[in-house]
Amino acid sequence: MVPTSMYLAVSALLFVLGVTGVLIRRNAIVIFMCIELMLNAANLAFVALSRHFGQMQGQVVVFFVMAVAAAEVAIGLAIIVALFRQRETVDVDEVNLLKG
Amino acid sequence: MTYFSSVEGSLFLITALVAVVSAVMVITQRNPVYSALFLVLTFCALAVLYLLLGAQFIAMVQVIVYAGAIMVLFLFVIMLLNLDRPLETQSKLKHQRLVAGVLAAVLLVEMIYLLHRGLPTTGTQPSPPRNFGTVEEVARVLFRDFVLAFEVTSIVLLIGMIGVIVLAKRHLDEKKAAAPERILSPLRKE
Amino acid sequence: MDWTYWLFLLLKMVIVLGWALLMVPLLIYMERKVLADFQARIGPNRVGPVGILQPIADGIKLLLKEDLLPAKADKYVHFLAPLVAVVPAFLALSVVPFGPITHKETGTGYFVTHVNVGLLFILGLGSLNVYAITLAGWASNNKYSLMGGIRSSAQMISYELSMGLALIPVLMIAGSLDLVRIVENLGVAKGEGLSRLLLTVPLTISFVIYCICGVAETNRAPFDFPEAESELVAGFHTEYSSMRFALFFLSEYVNMITVCALATTLFLGGWKFPFVPETGPFPLLVFLAKVMIGLYGYMWMRATWPRLRYDRLMKLGWTRLLPIALANIILTGILMIAFQ
Repeated sequence: MVPTSMYLAVSALLFVLGVTGVLIRRNAIVIFMCIELMLNAANLAFVALSRHFGQMQGQVVVFFVMAVAAAEVAIGLAIIVALFRQRETVDVDEVNLLKG
Repeated sequence: MTYFSSVEGSLFLITALVAVVSAVMVITQRNPVYSALFLVLTFCALAVLYLLLGAQFIAMVQVIVYAGAIMVLFLFVIMLLNLDRPLETQSKLKHQRLVAGVLAAVLLVEMIYLLHRGLPTTGTQPSPPRNFGTVEEVARVLFRDFVLAFEVTSIVLLIGMIGVIVLAKRHLDEKKAAAPERILSPLRKE
Repeated sequence: MDWTYWLFLLLKMVIVLGWALLMVPLLIYMERKVLADFQARIGPNRVGPVGILQPIADGIKLLLKEDLLPAKADKYVHFLAPLVAVVPAFLALSVVPFGPITHKETGTGYFVTHVNVGLLFILGLGSLNVYAITLAGWASNNKYSLMGGIRSSAQMISYELSMGLALIPVLMIAGSLDLVRIVENLGVAKGEGLSRLLLTVPLTISFVIYCICGVAETNRAPFDFPEAESELVAGFHTEYSSMRFALFFLSEYVNMITVCALATTLFLGGWKFPFVPETGPFPLLVFLAKVMIGLYGYMWMRATWPRLRYDRLMKLGWTRLLPIALANIILTGILMIAFQ
């Protein structure tokens, strides 16, 4: 059986890739995708530890993360669409005013 | 490293590799459509990893919710807003990539070190019970220990729906609302 | 887990795959003949006796045609889209139970594999289907294709929801996501007498909603918006020719088979039929007969109903099917508690 630490290493790697994406990209949609990647990395750690301890709670938490992520994506994309209507761009460097 | 010679080990190795490589592609591709497609691949690879961890229900929900619903929404928005071209602007921050890379490397080392150190060896269950990860087991925990959180999640989703409608609703009296052809022009202009 | 197990598994995969591949030309021929009957004409009758070789001739023609790629199309995604259409379509057949478990100790039977989340597996693969059409529309760099792709992603997401909700009463009564156990449990779980009679009501409503959504999910008439010839010049596959077009065609028919097989499993009793023994070839024959009836229903619908208007389609999905499906779940819950 593959040890839990290997799964955790993959999870850490994916999380860091998500962080890097948020730091280097300027397209709001891609940044948003990287946030999803980070959420998924956390989910992997939850499922791996749930298996490690033989406890179901970890998987249930993942279920909640997915539900909240769905709501988050809907809201986030609506914000991006609203932003695009106002400014005709999704470049986060261009969006530097608090007021439309 | 003997565990990689088993079927499970090699499956893990391949899927983990697919997940990580496609995650790298997500952040390096210039076209957002490609980023989204590689992210779908990452999510599918994660679903396989969940299966390897004995979480069948979570794996299927991962495919249905993430690959089937969330990423379709992303693609939908990218195509609708005509964003499928790389942004041409230069970053205003100097050395952004370099600094980001260094910070990410530091974070990675830190995380792996902490995860490795912090993983307790007590309480491990090498072979979990037979029905581990089935829908019945998830439901038992979900509706016994987490029932309040479950109800709160439904309210979160409801608020999400209301929020989206408020944000996306175009004010009909406002003349300066974007003309529909600007939002919906499907051809990529080269 | 010795080599005979793997060999047997491989053999079953080949049989199911071959069956699906053979069904497609048969269905195309059947569809053309049935439509011809409905429209009071003869249909294909030149190639082979009573035109039986027509689909094969069509297939050869498709293979020999030139493979076109439009200028400025995205060639990787253009290549990927038909594959994304075909692979999940065939994968879904791997969990369809064509018959009961024959060996209790190893858990093998008339199916390729037996997973305890079989229904979610099929739903998950179905949700990947929307990518094929959206990507094909986008990659073609053609506005009609993109319109077809975007329309259909909206349509498929909307109807997937009602479809999932329509399946919940079945799960509640059968108490499992495992397709084999659903077939085995459903008859028993409904109980006897009044309970059996009343629980049939929500299941029938579910069945009707499932059928409507199934037709919409497979993009068949009267819900064939993604391709609507008169509005979108064939929509997402306008720019597809030759083998790539054939793959889309193939996936459409395989998806139809899957939808019918799932309807058979969940609502029509699967391989069971009164007074027919559950041994030898009988379960398979019963199952296939039920699937064929479902497929005939598809063709009947195509011949009978005109295409809906797009706004009516959305209205039907969101303001009719969805609330009915939700109310149906509540009704099932009340009935189940009442007859506990």
